[in-house]
Amino acid sequence: MDLISQLCQYLFAGLTLGSIYALVALGFSMIYGATGIINLAQGEFVMLGGLIMVFSSTVLHLPLFLAFIFTVIVVTLLGALFERLAIHPLKNASLITLIMITLAGSILFRGGAMFIWGKDPYGLPAFSGDRPWYLWGATIQPQIFWVLGITGGAVLGIGLFFSRTLTGKAMIACACNPLAARLLGINVWKLVLLSFALSAALGAIAGIIITPITLMEYDRGPMLALKGFSAAVLGGLGSSMGAVVAGFLIGLIESLGAGLISSGYKDALALLVLLIVLWLKPSGILGSAEESALKKF
Amino acid sequence: MAKKDFYPLLIIIAGLVLFPLLIRGNEYFITILVFWGINAIIAMGLCLLMGYAGQISLGHAAFFGLGAYSSGILTAKYALSPIWGIIWGITLAGGIAYLVGKPTLRLKGHYMAVATLGIGEIFYIIFNELIPLTGGPSGLSGIPLLTIGGESLEGLKFFYLVWIVLLLLLIFSLNLINSRIGRAWRAIHGSELGALTLGIDVARYKLQIFVLSAIYAALAGSLYAHFVTFISPSSFSLMFSILLLMMVVIGGAETLWGALLGAGVLTLLPEYLRGLEDFEVLAYGAILMVVLLFMPRGILFAIKKMLWRSKE
Repeated sequence: MDLISQLCQYLFAGLTLGSIYALVALGFSMIYGATGIINLAQGEFVMLGGLIMVFSSTVLHLPLFLAFIFTVIVVTLLGALFERLAIHPLKNASLITLIMITLAGSILFRGGAMFIWGKDPYGLPAFSGDRPWYLWGATIQPQIFWVLGITGGAVLGIGLFFSRTLTGKAMIACACNPLAARLLGINVWKLVLLSFALSAALGAIAGIIITPITLMEYDRGPMLALKGFSAAVLGGLGSSMGAVVAGFLIGLIESLGAGLISSGYKDALALLVLLIVLWLKPSGILGSAEESALKKF
Repeated sequence: MAKKDFYPLLIIIAGLVLFPLLIRGNEYFITILVFWGINAIIAMGLCLLMGYAGQISLGHAAFFGLGAYSSGILTAKYALSPIWGIIWGITLAGGIAYLVGKPTLRLKGHYMAVATLGIGEIFYIIFNELIPLTGGPSGLSGIPLLTIGGESLEGLKFFYLVWIVLLLLLIFSLNLINSRIGRAWRAIHGSELGALTLGIDVARYKLQIFVLSAIYAALAGSLYAHFVTFISPSSFSLMFSILLLMMVVIGGAETLWGALLGAGVLTLLPEYLRGLEDFEVLAYGAILMVVLLFMPRGILFAIKKMLWRSKE
């Protein structure tokens, strides 16, 4: 393979990874906006999305589209349940305690998944066949286009939700200043519930579309959460578009770094970029310094 | 040191004296308590950083690892005396904490968390990839035991070494938090802006505590390496950094005693759950969740509250 086709190959791999990171980061950013919490169970939603999709298409034999909807609904409900049972009762606890609760939640989800599905990875047939496409000498699985398309759709949907609906605008208000939002008559706790449900849904979507490419097993969550969290912060916490941009950026750095420099150090490379950006611009790429100065955390 | 800290200290000392009578040479139990001591040393440093100065770190496994690998490499590969390993480990971890701490501590909250997480992960990757020195993922073996005066320390002797180190650091830390420095940390925790207006050099104090907590972790790492005699990168991953954070929070981040207790709980708990096999992870998560839900300010605080109530 010559350099162009290699680059093309890495580029598509990077975009695929980046889509997943972007979706996870978007989920982080949403919950952070509503609560200030970093939800360490975010990666587990992806894992559950993948595994429940496998369950509903291979055990329940649901057709692709129905299985997709079913999985997203189940995971969304799990996310909402998690908020009601674990986050809501502790309204007045310190932030770090709440974050540790989400960590306990992630261990719980992981333990549950291990109990149900065991430790083996599960695969899923690609949505539209396995015959690869060839582009400038690079071999591209058609599933990659599904990943990119669905991610694009989800990001667009979230963007519209924030800019066009009253609930979305209320959520932005709540992210800027929860107290002021409450004074304006916004029910902040309802929005917190909604943010958990929505980011669980985003996680589920990420899990569903990535499983045909990378398989899925019970302990995939923490690594995804790590990358998504890094992306959310790199983009500027609370900034949805920043999270998406940073998610793709990290995916591309990782895949190009692995291909062109060293596969062992690919994660270190992405993290180094992250550190340098934070050191130079402490509020992330698209974050506003003014806004983050107002936050306690 | 405050007066109220004397009784718990006395209890620990009494416990250490009576300990050999209680366990009668049960090696397994000694091992667990050594791990408790090692974890408690790191948790203590982290508690000073988090509970007192209000800064978060998700990278302390790296400093723990730097201590462990310094001791391991210098004694196993270059046959230097263990004391050089410990000194080098502390210097290296402290130096790196100083260098990366400077730009990192300007960051706030979650940004600081991610930056320290990044530092931790980078060192984790280095431990894995620098195979000629660290042995890579398959680990570094053949680390000698510590010897003092020609006598090699294992089992009960090593237990005493760890807990005496812990005790000395504890007394040092307790004095520190009731000094000018400790008060400055708490002021920074309350409000950085407020602390600045009072003339506190916020950046310097934050850097000080960051370096100090890195040194605690490195010292614990050296002890760990000489105790287990085999180290591999998996002991120094992000999961361990998070576990350390959990120790501090679950015990109660508001006091050093909470960190000690939390380290004990999270060291012992997995041992008790081991028999559950497939249920282990599930039970572990559930227990953490329940404890945090019902004792959001930590186990120690919950116990204190119960005692106050019974007095009334």
